Amino acid sequence: MVSNYVKKLGIPRLIILGFLLSLVVAAFFLGIPMDQLLSSTLVRVGMNGILVLAMVPAITSGIGPNFGLPLGIICGLLGVLVTFDLDMRGFPALFTAMIISIPPAALLGAAYGWILNKIKGSEMMIATYIGFSSVALMNIGWILLPFKSNETTWPIGRGLRLTISLEDRIASLLNNFMSFTFGNDQVVPVGTLLFFLLACFLMWLFMRSKAGVKMYTAGVNPKFAESSGINVDRQRLIGTILSTVLGAIGIIVYSQSYTFLQLYKAPMYMAFPSVAAILIGGASTKRASIANVILGVILFQGLLVVALPVANQAMQEGNLAEITRIIVSNGIILYALTQAKKDD
Amino acid sequence: MQNITKDYAGNVVLENVNLSVNPGEIHALLGENGAGKSTLMNILFGMSVIHETGGFSGEILFNNEKVNIETPQKAMELGIGMVHQEFMLIPGFTVTENIKLNREISTPNVISKVLGKQYEKLDFDQMNKDARKALDTLDIGIEEYAKVAGLPVGYMQFVEIAREIDKENIRVLVFDEPTAVLAESEADNLLSAMQLLASKGIAILFITHRLDEVMQVADTVTILKDGHLVDCANTKDITVTEIAEKMVGREIERLVRHESDPTQNPVILSLKNFYVDMPGEVVKGVNLDIHQGEIFGIGGLGGQGKIGIANGIMGLYPARGSVLFEGEDLQLNDPGEALNKGFAFVSEDRRGIGLLLDTSIEMNIVTTAINVFNMYLKRWMVFTQIDKKKIRNHTETMIKDLDIRCQGPTQHTRRLSGGNQQKVCIARALTLNPKVILVSEPTRGIDVGAKRLVLDTLTKLNQETGLTVIMTSSELAELRSVCNRIAIINKGVVTGVIPPDAPDAEFGLLMAGDKREVEKIGK
Repeated sequence: MVSNYVKKLGIPRLIILGFLLSLVVAAFFLGIPMDQLLSSTLVRVGMNGILVLAMVPAITSGIGPNFGLPLGIICGLLGVLVTFDLDMRGFPALFTAMIISIPPAALLGAAYGWILNKIKGSEMMIATYIGFSSVALMNIGWILLPFKSNETTWPIGRGLRLTISLEDRIASLLNNFMSFTFGNDQVVPVGTLLFFLLACFLMWLFMRSKAGVKMYTAGVNPKFAESSGINVDRQRLIGTILSTVLGAIGIIVYSQSYTFLQLYKAPMYMAFPSVAAILIGGASTKRASIANVILGVILFQGLLVVALPVANQAMQEGNLAEITRIIVSNGIILYALTQAKKDD
Repeated sequence: MQNITKDYAGNVVLENVNLSVNPGEIHALLGENGAGKSTLMNILFGMSVIHETGGFSGEILFNNEKVNIETPQKAMELGIGMVHQEFMLIPGFTVTENIKLNREISTPNVISKVLGKQYEKLDFDQMNKDARKALDTLDIGIEEYAKVAGLPVGYMQFVEIAREIDKENIRVLVFDEPTAVLAESEADNLLSAMQLLASKGIAILFITHRLDEVMQVADTVTILKDGHLVDCANTKDITVTEIAEKMVGREIERLVRHESDPTQNPVILSLKNFYVDMPGEVVKGVNLDIHQGEIFGIGGLGGQGKIGIANGIMGLYPARGSVLFEGEDLQLNDPGEALNKGFAFVSEDRRGIGLLLDTSIEMNIVTTAINVFNMYLKRWMVFTQIDKKKIRNHTETMIKDLDIRCQGPTQHTRRLSGGNQQKVCIARALTLNPKVILVSEPTRGIDVGAKRLVLDTLTKLNQETGLTVIMTSSELAELRSVCNRIAIINKGVVTGVIPPDAPDAEFGLLMAGDKREVEKIGK
């Protein structure tokens, strides 16, 4: 029985889980408040969850992990910026931002998917550079786009600021929704977690629909799909569009929790933690499930949250702790990528 | 090999099996899948899987000396070679390079004197000569400088063999189902090559599912069943029927009787000037009329285009010409359309096209039906959800009806045996409630018992529901045992459509594409 569960979970997940548990034990003995770690983990799980979920349609449709996620992220940022110019606040602003970001995300996703259909076999590499170049291109956009709001633009000169505070706009809206505190005044971000779980549930429903079955089939065996009358390229296109749109919504949820909007170079590397999370959660480059998303995001973010204060305590010099954080997070990403199964 | 016993964690797979081969003898090793043939060969080769699972008991005598084969290297040193079922060749290399791989002939040069043998210059002239010699021994006309990538499957097999016989000390050669992927003429070449090798004093162990080949070339046969030695006899003293009976333990009927004559029925499918551009199986203008309720066979040699016909009708490869189905023109190059009109296809590439290997049996069976006919779906306006309960019920019925041996509807198809995988493919096709089922190579690579069941299933469906079956197969005997009529394809065109009981010579001549000779016989 036990060995069966172990097999189902897989060795890489056990290793990560073991590492996480040993860090938690270390944190406990170093006197780091546990309630704080738990709360931070929950917050980070909620804020990153949808970005990880965005990997599911991409992997399922056969394009592999969506390294071009920054494309969707840019659209999400655009949506939030528009609400500033419309001078909207609160939940209306949040949902307006999401609705506004969907059409450009779908459009860009379609173009991106069209390119990916032309270069079958090397999607991951091309996707990474599509992500990078879209960020570079948008750097120009952030300067030239005619945004007017005082809160988003530089007081002198033209263009948008590097980071934009969402205070009094959409900051922590979902985090505070239905939230409660425990331990030493630590928050459980119920709204964000609920939103994440709702998105997961909708994705789960989608995977069980006719469209989902078609997408799954096209992803795992394109030849089988074709002989079943499924247009494989169209499924890949739909998968890419869905993933890009989820990227846009994901960054909005992320930003409200982060309480800042980060423009320019910030979206550049945002795909990697999401890819790493879903791979750690047990997905391969060909199949991914909602369970992989939830497990992966908890393990990945849990590790990051716990590793940082432990490293801080272990090494008092400020710089070293920051370096350790980078080593840990990139280390997990690297480990996840080496564990990526192809299962052909 | 004497008194070989082997168990995997208490599960006995071989018990007191004896096997002996003399130099120059062709010894056939027979048995259904799971009879223990592979395990026996793994023991002979000292494969690590044997030693990792606790070794075996019994002993191996080589030239009357007890030997201890612990590693494959040891087996090679003794001169035991193997021709694998799956080709172990590097496509981008030439035939010579593949034959000489890791045994290259090289000449020293300045650099190699400093840096060692790895840097010696390759002596291609000598290597080509050796390769040529090995190929000539097999009497095969491949150019030694050709790239393996472009060769037909049959030739790749010969390159494998050439590699083995090029090893100077080769004494025993094991062929693991060498003809499974070959067409009949290629198989014949292979068999005569085996005889040639045997005449040079090499002992040959021949694992196969094709009994006619055994009768044709083997001197002795050993039959395994469920890990036991059933019989060891001279081929002269035993008949095909006896062998088959001993292997599967049940009698085999030769022919399916057709009570009525379906060729009197109206034409359901008519191909006119039908071209298909399928690499390696090009169809160049086929004309065929197939009647309702018929079992129609398409035969011919490998690479002549018989496989292309079904793939073309299903829209999987670019096709042109006209296909009339129930009097209406079928839109070509659109798999969805073909499925929609009532065609179902069981592909020759079972693991590549026919199955989702890491997906449950039930989803394998219903996916196409969900996509084409919206079956097994619950609908709420535009939203759909798959109907798990209906799928489960349907799958359980299919598992029972087709006798699919599995752990249950949710088992992944990768771990099923070839025969059961094929049944899953047939179940998928039947789920579409087709009017015509196109079956390509239905029994390729599956054991005798399962073969029988697959063919029985098809004929039963045909007789009970009047389903029209178009069966493409490389095994003429199989076509002749179940079909109403058989079309023989040569060089992409139909050379003749003849009844299954036509004389052997007629089939042979049609396959060779010699129409005039056939007409002579007719006169």
